[in-house]
This record gives sequence, C-alpha cells and structure tokens, in this order.
Amino acid sequence: MPARVVVLGGGVGGTLVANLLEKHLKQDATVTVVDGTGMHLYQPGFLYVALDQANALWLTRDERTLLRRHVELVVEQATKIDPAAQTVTLSRGGSLPYDYLVLATGSRLDREAVPGYDGTHDFYSLDGALRLREELRRFRGGKILVGVAGIPYKCPPAPVEFVLMLEEHLRRRGIRDRSGVTLLSPLNRAFTIESASKLVQPIFEKRGVELRTFFNVDSVDPVRRNVTSIEGESADYDLLVLVPPHRGSAVIEASGLGDAGGWVPTDRNTLQHTAHERIFALGDATDLPISKSGSTAHFEAPVVASRIASLVRGTAPKTAYAGRVMCFLETGGGRATSLRFDYAHPPIPPRPSRLWHWAKWAFNRAYWITVPQGRVG
Amino acid sequence: MATTVARTLDVKGQSCPVPIVKTAQAMKQLGPGELVEVLATDPGSVKDFAAWSKTTGHQLVETSQQDGVFRFVLRKKG
Repeated sequence: MPARVVVLGGGVGGTLVANLLEKHLKQDATVTVVDGTGMHLYQPGFLYVALDQANALWLTRDERTLLRRHVELVVEQATKIDPAAQTVTLSRGGSLPYDYLVLATGSRLDREAVPGYDGTHDFYSLDGALRLREELRRFRGGKILVGVAGIPYKCPPAPVEFVLMLEEHLRRRGIRDRSGVTLLSPLNRAFTIESASKLVQPIFEKRGVELRTFFNVDSVDPVRRNVTSIEGESADYDLLVLVPPHRGSAVIEASGLGDAGGWVPTDRNTLQHTAHERIFALGDATDLPISKSGSTAHFEAPVVASRIASLVRGTAPKTAYAGRVMCFLETGGGRATSLRFDYAHPPIPPRPSRLWHWAKWAFNRAYWITVPQGRVG
Repeated sequence: MATTVARTLDVKGQSCPVPIVKTAQAMKQLGPGELVEVLATDPGSVKDFAAWSKTTGHQLVETSQQDGVFRFVLRKKG
C-alpha cells in the first residue's frame, strides 16, 4: 500500500515538499495538501503593494495550479492533529489518516497582543498592505514611525527595507521635506546581523532616516498618537507602521504540538518534531533560531522530502539541513544587497548594487514558475 | 539592595534579538533594585547586553562564561 503523506499548509514550504515527494515517490505514496484558503500568497510582495509599486493580483495564485497533477488538494482548515492515532481532523468534521505528516503551517499574526494595535498599520498581510497603501496615498507629510511589536517575526530585513523604500517613495512624491522617517529598533543597531547593520546605517544617515535604538514596542495609544516601549520610552507619530507579533498556527496550539509561542520543537538537522518521528516541520512553523522566511522554507523543503522518501523506501537518509538562508535586502534607489548564511557561517553582505536589485526583481517575477515546482535549488 | 536573583531567564540556543527583548520584558515585571539572571549562548549577546545596560540604565552586575554559556546578571534601575 502506498504511504500516506499529509502536508498541512500550501505556502512555499508545503507546496514544494508536496511536489518533490510526488516526484520522488510516484506510486509509492499518496500526497495530500491541506490548506484553509486554497490560495497561494507570495508574501515578499506585500512590501511593494503597500508602497504602490505592485498590484495585489500579482501576489496570489490558485494553489491547485502550483501542485503536480497527482498531488491532492483539500481546501479546508485542519483543526486538530492526533499524533497517537496519526490523524488530522478537518474543519467540516472529516479526518485524514497519515503515515507521515508535514507541518508547513506558517505563522499567524497576533495583533491583539499589543494594546492599541488597531490604530496602526502593517505590511504583513495582504489586507494590511492594501490598507497601508490607501493611508500612504492620503499622506501629505508628518512623522512616520516603523517598528517591531514582537519577536520572532517573518523576514527580519523587512522593516529596514520598508523604511528605505518609504523614504524614497516620499521623495518621489515631493513630500519628503515635510516628513520624518524613524525606525524603532529592538536593538542598538538597525538590524540583528551586525555586518548588515554596518552596511545600512550609513545609508540611514545619508538619507536622513532616524534610528531609535532599544525601542521594543509595548503599547500604542491611538488617540494621542503615541507609542510606548518596554524600556519605558515613548514617541509621537502621525503614521505608525508596526510588524505585528507572530505566533504559531492555531492547529499546532490546539494539538499541543508547539511551545509557548505555538512554534514546533524541531530538530535543527533532520527537521523532525523532537517528540514525534513521523512529523516533520519547516518554514515559519518551526522553533529553529533562524530567519522565518520563504527562503528558509525553500531550502528546508528538499531535506524534508528526501528524508520522508528515505523512510518510505527504507533507505538511509542522505541529506540534512545546515541552516541555509538567503535574503535580498532592498536599500532604495534601485539598489539591493543579499544576505546568505547558515548555522555555521554568518553573512557577509556585498555592497548594495543594481545587480542585487535586479536579481530580487527577477526572482519576484520568476517565483511562480520556478520555486513551487522545485526548479531552483 | 537585593543580592539574590529574583528571576532566571534561559535563552540558550536563541539568537539575537531574542535575549535582549526577553530580558526587557522580564525587567518590566521586576521591582527596582531586583536582579535578573540571563543564560545565553549567542556570542553577540555580550556586546548587546553591555550596550543595552548603558542605554536603559539597568546595571549589568556580572558577565561570565562557562562551557559556552554566557551568564549575565542585571539589576533593575530605580
């Protein structure tokens, strides 16, 4: 009998794992993807939508069109996982048995965790990006603050990219001289990775972007337009853009498979759940201390697929995850840099150039026909 | 002045900025003068805690390292 592999989540990680498994295992396995919306979102595009550089249609595709023909798609929410019975309960009451389960359930935004969050904007969901776009279209000048309201969060370079691209956006619209742009950083530098901070901080200075350090957002007073930090400081704003707090997916929490934040305890090399060897996790869903980003899921997917294939076929596993991540970082002015690293090697970002900007642009364009199908490694 | 640790925070295996953010959150729950102990493995946290203490005014009482684990003891200002 073919092995039953169930993949929860139709994002980058889930889609790629499912396609690779079907390709490797053919008739030796049935592969089912369970996704609550059936729509695949290209999340790196939110940034461009918020700044009016891309339209929302470009960011969404029907998940079915991205999956290989023999991968089954169930458009339904998974509500509960029972690791002892090896079943997944679905929102309409049905249940799916599995031999191997892949948790590609991503992260969920927990805006309510910040008192006063209602009065803020973000570019971490399609709705958020569209709302911010409208707000920016109406914006005629004032003080814009950009900050982080909880860790971990997806795509660590995004707030830095956003302020630099926003600064350029305001200049292009001729309202830069009437506007202040400030990044509220959780640390004493612009970005967690020191080498990247050294690279972007001079750009901040040159472009008049203010950096406010050790400002971990605690609460917002939308009436007085004021934000307070855990450190006890406060700042006034006309427009506040905050990265919302993230948590693991509801199904992970409902099934008791995650830690306090809902993240799946995952082996850093095998990507197996630390307590359940038939359950694998990748992408945002894991508790691994590396970036939550599409590229992480992209690099983890072949490892998960190959290890499950080995288990199905009873052969020795050939691959392990070494912590590989790669991000582009737009620095404005048509330039970008890249951050490439793994568990053992911190990144050494090249000087921002047009080359990396075009590489990011090309990747954004080519995503739909390359990444989900496993055409780029 | 307190000499015993009121709270221990284990952030071993976590990378930057988790140690700083978790410590800032823990500090909020403490009374003035109370001590928090932080155990971390991220080498970058040595510089981060020194800078954080200077900026926030919470005193860094101790920094030590044993078997790859950094131990920081901080006293809440006030």
